Amino acid sequence: MTTVVRPRVRVPGSASAGDAVTIKTLISHKMESGQRKDSDGNIIPRSIINRFTCDFNGENVIDVTLEPAISTNPYFEFEATVPESGEFQFTWYDDDGSVYEDTKSITVE
Amino acid sequence: MMKKVLTVSSALLMSTVPALARGPDDNTLVVNGEIEMVTKTEAPAHLDGVLPEIISGWHYRSEETQQLQSDDFENPSMIFVDDAEEAWNTVEGSSGNSCASCHEDAAESMVGVSATYPKWNEEAGQVYTLQNQVNACRTERMGAEPWAYDAGPALNMEALIASHSRGMPVNVAIDGPAAETWEQGREIYYTRYGQLELACSNCHENNNGNHIRADHLSQGHINGFPTYRLRNAALIGTQSRFRGCIRDTRAETFATGSPELVALELYVRSRGNGLSVEGPAVRN
Repeated sequence: MTTVVRPRVRVPGSASAGDAVTIKTLISHKMESGQRKDSDGNIIPRSIINRFTCDFNGENVIDVTLEPAISTNPYFEFEATVPESGEFQFTWYDDDGSVYEDTKSITVE
Repeated sequence: MMKKVLTVSSALLMSTVPALARGPDDNTLVVNGEIEMVTKTEAPAHLDGVLPEIISGWHYRSEETQQLQSDDFENPSMIFVDDAEEAWNTVEGSSGNSCASCHEDAAESMVGVSATYPKWNEEAGQVYTLQNQVNACRTERMGAEPWAYDAGPALNMEALIASHSRGMPVNVAIDGPAAETWEQGREIYYTRYGQLELACSNCHENNNGNHIRADHLSQGHINGFPTYRLRNAALIGTQSRFRGCIRDTRAETFATGSPELVALELYVRSRGNGLSVEGPAVRN
């Protein structure tokens, strides 16, 4: 299993004003559900990404609550309408308090 | 365990009933819009009269699974390849070397390497798998501990090296000094094992395209290994896959890295001579 938490995002570099662009995001994460037991019978504590958000120029695009049943390495694909050039800000919130961020700029022609 | 890549936009489509899989389909595999894969081709000479055509396991999987492999962003193996890239540049062991110290940029130095493995290693006097070779580098040139066979770091590295041969034809040598090992592998391939008395050939040669209970049998080529298996949500190595098959015949299996499985890997790899290297592929 991978242990490194690494966010990955794909956003087109440019678009026409008002276009809906497809955004793909993936973060490597074990997403331990908290339901499983180790070989000694002790519960393995829950450790998941519990929230994912995407903002464009400060305006929220998507805000997702993740639950323990979501598989390892959660992947999201969604569309966003871009009215102007700007920056997408992606944020993942980990159970352990860590926050992972990534940004991508897009130019509207 | 059910594994499905969750996409917000396609969440509503999830209830669609998939078409019942039958034989191999006629789809075409192009990765990242640029690497054109040969997924069906003429069987190598040593399979004359055995298989009319060799077909990649990719053709036996559902459209959804196939699609995951056509884009590196959606191919979950690439997470592990990223990890291996870090390892590639990390100095380990007593001689102060990383992989990159000798081999520099993997994207250049490793092109075509995976396509010829397993192959004869003159110095060692035996057939080496890619993982054997990586460990030889680690112990002899880096002074580092060898990686456990088919364990995370070794598989990640194998996947990274394979990824730089994608699209190139598998071309392992079966003659010369490797011939003896190849023969041994061939014998294992046709030997019935376990309480169910099944040889590799019973499923993958005589019954590919059919179902064995819920599993859709392919020709069993390993040009896509290491492979991300959705059911495991992890990379799976060739020899671990062999063990899974042999276990399912209710037999005692060989250990990963054992001479038997190295021989079998060489033989099975040679059955796919001519197919493109797909590793790291995606299968269910």
